[in-house]
Amino acid sequence: MLRVDALTVRFGDVTAVDDVSLELAAGERLAVLGSSGCGKSTLLRAIAGLEAGDGTVSVDGADLTHTAPDRRPIGLMFQDHALFPHRTVEQNVAFGLRMAGKKESARTRRVREMLALVGLEGFGEREIATLSGGEAQRVALARALAPAPKVLLLDEPLGSLDRYLRERLIDELPDVLGATGTAAIHVTHDHDEAFAIGDRLAVMHAGKVLQVGSPGEVWAAPTSITVARVLGHTNEIIDGVTKVVWRADAMTIDPSGPHQAMVDRVHFRGVDHDVRLRTHDGRMLRFLLDDPPAAGNDVRFSIDPARVLRFD
Amino acid sequence: MRTRERIGVGDALMLLPALFIGLFFLFPVGTVLWRGLGGEGLDAVFDLAKSPRQRDVLWFTFWQAAVSTALTVAVALPAAATVGGLSDRARRFVRSLVTVPFVLPTVVVAGAFDELFFATGLDTGDFRLRHTVWAILIAHVFFNYAVVVRVVGTACAGLDGRQAEAARVLGATRWQAWRAVTLPRLRPAIASASAIVFLFSFTSFGAVLILGGPKRATLETEIYRYAVSRTDLTRAAALAVVQLVAVLALVAVSTWLERRRPATTRMARPTRTLGSRPGRWLNVGMATALLGAPLAVLIERSFSTGTGYGLSHYQALGTRVRQLPAPATTALWNSLHYAALATVLAVLIGVVASVVVVHGRSGSRRLFDLGLTLPLGTSAVTIGFGILIALDEPPVDFRTRWWIIPVAHALVGVPFVVRTMVPLLRSIDPSIREAAAVLGASPSRVRREIDLMIGARGALVGGGFAFAVSLGEFGATSFLPRRPEDLTAPVALFRLLSTPGDLLRGQAMALAVVLMVFVTVSVFVIESSRGTAEGSL
Repeated sequence: MLRVDALTVRFGDVTAVDDVSLELAAGERLAVLGSSGCGKSTLLRAIAGLEAGDGTVSVDGADLTHTAPDRRPIGLMFQDHALFPHRTVEQNVAFGLRMAGKKESARTRRVREMLALVGLEGFGEREIATLSGGEAQRVALARALAPAPKVLLLDEPLGSLDRYLRERLIDELPDVLGATGTAAIHVTHDHDEAFAIGDRLAVMHAGKVLQVGSPGEVWAAPTSITVARVLGHTNEIIDGVTKVVWRADAMTIDPSGPHQAMVDRVHFRGVDHDVRLRTHDGRMLRFLLDDPPAAGNDVRFSIDPARVLRFD
Repeated sequence: MRTRERIGVGDALMLLPALFIGLFFLFPVGTVLWRGLGGEGLDAVFDLAKSPRQRDVLWFTFWQAAVSTALTVAVALPAAATVGGLSDRARRFVRSLVTVPFVLPTVVVAGAFDELFFATGLDTGDFRLRHTVWAILIAHVFFNYAVVVRVVGTACAGLDGRQAEAARVLGATRWQAWRAVTLPRLRPAIASASAIVFLFSFTSFGAVLILGGPKRATLETEIYRYAVSRTDLTRAAALAVVQLVAVLALVAVSTWLERRRPATTRMARPTRTLGSRPGRWLNVGMATALLGAPLAVLIERSFSTGTGYGLSHYQALGTRVRQLPAPATTALWNSLHYAALATVLAVLIGVVASVVVVHGRSGSRRLFDLGLTLPLGTSAVTIGFGILIALDEPPVDFRTRWWIIPVAHALVGVPFVVRTMVPLLRSIDPSIREAAAVLGASPSRVRREIDLMIGARGALVGGGFAFAVSLGEFGATSFLPRRPEDLTAPVALFRLLSTPGDLLRGQAMALAVVLMVFVTVSVFVIESSRGTAEGSL
């Protein structure tokens, strides 16, 4: 449905988005994962028409490359929400409908529907300045969804929220998008968020999309060490010319195992433990274990070869 | 892909302010320059340099402005720091309160101080203040106190108090923390406020004319003396040229300082630790004495009938006295009427001009920026004088039309609209405009829905200032020949005040009180509509 072909955006000498091609099916959610400054926000802005570049953008076969942002059937939810401070919640949500020339009765109905969808019934008359971070985020989502865009672009929409709210909204966001059947591109630097929200995952680095696939596939088999790093893999071991990465779930404590290290620190995470090991040559390794060894002891362990990534 | 277009403003939109400013400002001021620099005018300029009296006038204009500025900053700075530490609501109230003197008609204030000197016996004798430099300086502090409190107080409130707290935790005393952390961050605001105060003191007219007495003269009163009393227009034009050059230089400095002043963020947490409790009370006491005493005397005198208190002076406003061409109530009615018209004009012109300044193509933007800062700096006297000598022949024989008065007032008011609107428009997060665009708003729709809507509050505040300023406008109006029935309240007040003897003083005080009430009401309306938007002035 949405097709991005060879999109490139340059700012002077810097190439922010470098020859990116993407496809999005109807109703599909694509998570774009990348560290800050990798060009993912610029990619969204270019798709929305806010940034000029080379390449093409089309929706349902209609070329939008030269269409102004206000004429594209694309919604964008901004990082800091960009709510209109001089308007109420209801007026914010109704804005896109008004621009589309919808009648007042239709607008009122749609606004009520959208506010209900994001769990903000009765918030219509509230001033923007009185909203909490989570409420503002929901209003922004309702506002972006109200005109029923074919594609919704979400630019780190949960970035400014505290952890508790983030996790709740990570949980709710796919439901809301599913309820409206809106295809979405969700940009984030947080791999947990990307895994939770994306049907598919695109890993971006230095302006390029390096790998696209289901979150499970990409996490289990990154195609390069860079992708592995973006995904949060930290256990890098040089084996001759080959770079080897031990996944955080690759280790089992095994008294007869081939490797030995000192347990440097154990960090309780709730369900499991984040265990930091120090090898004899000073390297730090991290694994997730249900039954952690006590800190300060030496342990022997083995590595599941199926959970080892190799990059030549 | 399409290139992102700058939000372009149609040329037709710019025509209105361009025509208005061109005809009623640039043409008159250009005529002043022409008269002052062409033919015998240039000789007159050189003659000025030779005349010891004119050299004294120029020197006095400069040093009284410099001393006024230093005094104002010294007196108002502690108050600004205190105001910065107040809660939002309290700060807004104090800001309104100190803003009243700022927009009070100069004639009212001069009359109030004159009366205060009489009441305290400072009008004659060894400690005489009346008709001395001190009277002028005190009045300038009175007027400009608000400028420092508003500009620096807003900057104080915008400071992140945690930085000073960090200094305290690292072992600095309260004073050291203030010196080392807070003061440097306030310096741009102080510099910017000082530049404005200097400009206002430099171009001060009514206060110098009334309080300085017949012997003290600044460039402004000297222009008035030559143009109106002696009708030596060539000499007046030569003086106006000197004035214009000086003011342009000052405006350039002020604009440059304004640019360097960072926009205050609302995210910062104000500290409540600025200023100790006794210090705060000292501030309140000083401000009350300085700002309140003359006004209190004014009010007391307006009710005092000699044998007791009553409304007789107010009742007398309705009957015409020999010194005025019309009853004072007619003058009051005219002033309200002109102020309303001037406000509408100033807001219309100011809004369009602000949008052009913020969004126009770079060429027209720069032109407007300059074209608008000119009337801001150009003194009301120069504007009035320019209209007097430029708009006197068909097809632009306007100077005797009644509407030229509100037009001149609008010129004085436009900068207030622009100065409150431009920072507001600049403060709009660009992503809000983008959000509107993505939601389907065309560029012109974005301008209407976002810029004009958010800017509307600024227009309201600026319009309120324009209204208050028009009510009290004296400098430009005093140059315009009027039909008797077009008399304005400040001009009537000036006539009453310059009448020797006590006979009309009570009536003058009553008229001043009525004007003061009008202005005070408009200031509080301004401040209540301002909300949390804290612009430059």
